[in-house]
Amino acid sequence: MTRLPILKMVLAVIVLGAIQSVVLLQFDWFGDAASTAAGPIDTLMDVTIVLSSFIFAIVCVALGYALIKWRAKPGDEGDGLPIHGNTRLEIVWTIIPVIIVLALAGYSWAVLDDIEKTDSNALHVNAYAQQFAWTFGYPEDGNKWSEGELHVPVDRQVIFDLQAQDVIHSFWVPEWRIKKDAVPGLKTDVVVTPDKVGTYQLICAELCGIGHTTMRAKVVVESQADYDAWVKKQTTKVPELLLTTDQFKQEQLKKEEQSGGIEGSGVVEQ
Amino acid sequence: MAAAIRQPGWYRGALGALLGAAFGFGLVVALRAISGLDVFQTEQTGYPHVIVPLITTPFGFLFGFGAFDYWFRWAAGKPTVPEDHSGHGATKWQDYFRFNTDHKVIGTQYVVTTLFFFLIGGLLALLMRAELAQPGDQIVAANTFNGLFSTHAVVMIFLFIIPVFAGLANYVLPLMIGAPDMAFPRLNALSFWLLPMAGIIFLASFLAPGGSFDAGWTGYAPLSTGAPLGQSFFNIGVQFAGASSIATALNFLVTIITMRAPGMNLWRMPLLVWANLSTSLLVVGATPFIAGAQFMVFFDRILGMNFFNFLQGGDVISYQHIFWFYSHPAVYIMMLPGFGIISEIISTHARKPVFGYRLMALALIGIVVLSYSVWAHHMFVAGMFSWLRVPIMITTMLIAVPTGIKVFSWLGTLFYGKIHTYSTAMLFALAFIVTFTIGGISGVMLGMIPIDIHVSDTYFVVAHIHFVLFGGSVFTIFAGIYHWFPKMTGRMYDERLGRVHFWGTVVGTWFTFIPMHWIGMDGMPRRVADYATQYGDWNLLISVSAFVLGAVQLVFLYNMIVSWRFGPKAGDNPWRANSIEWLVSSPPPVFNFDEIPRVVGGPYEYGTPGARHAIMGGEDEGAEVPKTKPSTVAAPS
Repeated sequence: MTRLPILKMVLAVIVLGAIQSVVLLQFDWFGDAASTAAGPIDTLMDVTIVLSSFIFAIVCVALGYALIKWRAKPGDEGDGLPIHGNTRLEIVWTIIPVIIVLALAGYSWAVLDDIEKTDSNALHVNAYAQQFAWTFGYPEDGNKWSEGELHVPVDRQVIFDLQAQDVIHSFWVPEWRIKKDAVPGLKTDVVVTPDKVGTYQLICAELCGIGHTTMRAKVVVESQADYDAWVKKQTTKVPELLLTTDQFKQEQLKKEEQSGGIEGSGVVEQ
Repeated sequence: MAAAIRQPGWYRGALGALLGAAFGFGLVVALRAISGLDVFQTEQTGYPHVIVPLITTPFGFLFGFGAFDYWFRWAAGKPTVPEDHSGHGATKWQDYFRFNTDHKVIGTQYVVTTLFFFLIGGLLALLMRAELAQPGDQIVAANTFNGLFSTHAVVMIFLFIIPVFAGLANYVLPLMIGAPDMAFPRLNALSFWLLPMAGIIFLASFLAPGGSFDAGWTGYAPLSTGAPLGQSFFNIGVQFAGASSIATALNFLVTIITMRAPGMNLWRMPLLVWANLSTSLLVVGATPFIAGAQFMVFFDRILGMNFFNFLQGGDVISYQHIFWFYSHPAVYIMMLPGFGIISEIISTHARKPVFGYRLMALALIGIVVLSYSVWAHHMFVAGMFSWLRVPIMITTMLIAVPTGIKVFSWLGTLFYGKIHTYSTAMLFALAFIVTFTIGGISGVMLGMIPIDIHVSDTYFVVAHIHFVLFGGSVFTIFAGIYHWFPKMTGRMYDERLGRVHFWGTVVGTWFTFIPMHWIGMDGMPRRVADYATQYGDWNLLISVSAFVLGAVQLVFLYNMIVSWRFGPKAGDNPWRANSIEWLVSSPPPVFNFDEIPRVVGGPYEYGTPGARHAIMGGEDEGAEVPKTKPSTVAAPS
């Protein structure tokens, strides 16, 4: 049994892994970033890409070496060496991956906690999803409403309270790196701190029917002053679209009951 | 004619189908008329006069076809037709179109049928890629598009990948363990014939008013509970496919546990047998959950139940929990048999024992156990309890460990071997290691919650699932078909055409599915008929590659069909393999063995002079059996 050129193979893995990492890190995989969550998530992805490059390099080098070194010559009817295993090696390639994935899981957990931390002065905005439109409510700025267009101030945490009116939809702004389903009958929320002024697109990411492809809304991130001026101009009238949904009516009814309003009255007019 | 109709077969089957349809239709009409209701209820979630016949017609056909004859006679106390085994085996092509109880015929029926559905699923995919080649709407409307990707996934999963593995194992597994047939041959035949029923129901949904089911193969409620009639076709078709799958798995379990040849203890089973044991454990445990989930949707739709109706206290998100409790184990149902195939092929063609055989078997069992604890990683952004996310992330990432063990052990098997790459089967096995590693890595990325939050429901997921299911499962399926083709047909396929198919498939797979990672990370959602113009060039590349990938499969079909008919004789053991199926003739005799073989050693004793796996009946009794096995894998006493 010839000895394996371990050192050369390790070197090959390091070189190949490094080349892959350098090449792959040249690309801006997740596109433009416009929230405070983007930094930690993008770094996590970069770390994972580098680790993956080396793991992939191990597989490629081992496979390539074996194919070059032990390719049978034509007509060779002999067998390989009767090696059935190597307990020490098998323990090593069980334990090391366990450590790697647990470390990555721990890192991911830390990032998750970091991006979901809420501020006490966060701005609450309601996002209503229905086939195939988005409507937004601004309960903290005079119960204003906007349809198909969302405005938020820059550098201030926003908590979106998501409500779906018919089927499941999903709230996704790629530049913010956040996504959360809006589920009928369930309250979900998503936390984001936009940190770059600009215009983005809100994309429905969960299949919701025929109009799923085009279910988008415009997102404008602007200075607090611009936001205040914009929100002041919005209407306080509940959008017609929402009034047509049973889910919305039920929600309003519940609110009325909780705040001691008259039971079963014409609840929807605010 | 009258005699033909009394005999089980196609005539009686057609009559049964007609009677079944008439019974279902008549029942609905009569009951509704008696109740004073509109005879035809055509709300989109209703149509009882269509759905009830949809259930009764396949059963009518199966009764007529003869699937239940023996059992009915027995249950009624009538004399059963003595089994003279005249129906065993296939001597002419018509024998493949009968209710045949021979595991080898059933295996062939499975593989051919599933390859047919593979073509249909592929054509549906190409229609989608034609639409997606350019931004904007060109070929199909949005609702048709939703129907295309839904049926594509359903056909590929339920009628190709899951059953083709059952078909390959049906053929080789009894031979491998030295059994004359499967444990329950009639149940085996019924399992097969349930499949085309499911396939026809799925495809017939295109004819339903409102088009085929279009809520994705995941059929999330409440989109599915309110969808047009086609969705009910999915709900019902899944029951047939699932029943087929469960019955086959039970059959495999009993066969593997009770019918191994003398001497074949657990640690002498080939890894393909281990793989199918593990898969069957997953199928019997998990498949009832998708059956249940689809029944609940079905009942919501037609009986006005409120499992997922949020306005009446239903819980929308529980659908996803039940669905994924099956559907995540399902991806291992679609992968573990492939792992078994790869172990057989790599060991045979590297002329070396599988490295770390016992750990390989234990890794399979580890995957089975862990796979029941990872379902909710499909739901990180679904709004479920947030505390459930981190534990699921940890189990999800841990399941990469047994999978990694398998990859490393295959590589270890190659070291110090004598690697032959003349066989297309081996080429696919080697390519599988590389492409599957990529699919595994992107799987770990998806398991990490912060990354998943961004890329879930994007093309990144599409890329991942196709790297593990096409670059993974389908590569192993091709490898398995090439490997056992000479055994199944007795003839050799053309290796030159095999190479064309191999290289075309590898290049096509990479160019089709690698760019999907990029556009997904950059912000292109999945399941859309149109997209932002910035992704136009990548999508054009993907579409062109997909068409190349599709065209190359025609070479495979040509090779298989022509070689089956005209290929040179293969010989009993063209790969010089050790396991028992190669010790019988090609194709094997009708009852596999004249005398049950005795197993005397491990399945992969390459390189040990004189070591043997099995001694066939009829061999000289004094044939030299090594007293102490020259193997480090000792059989437990």
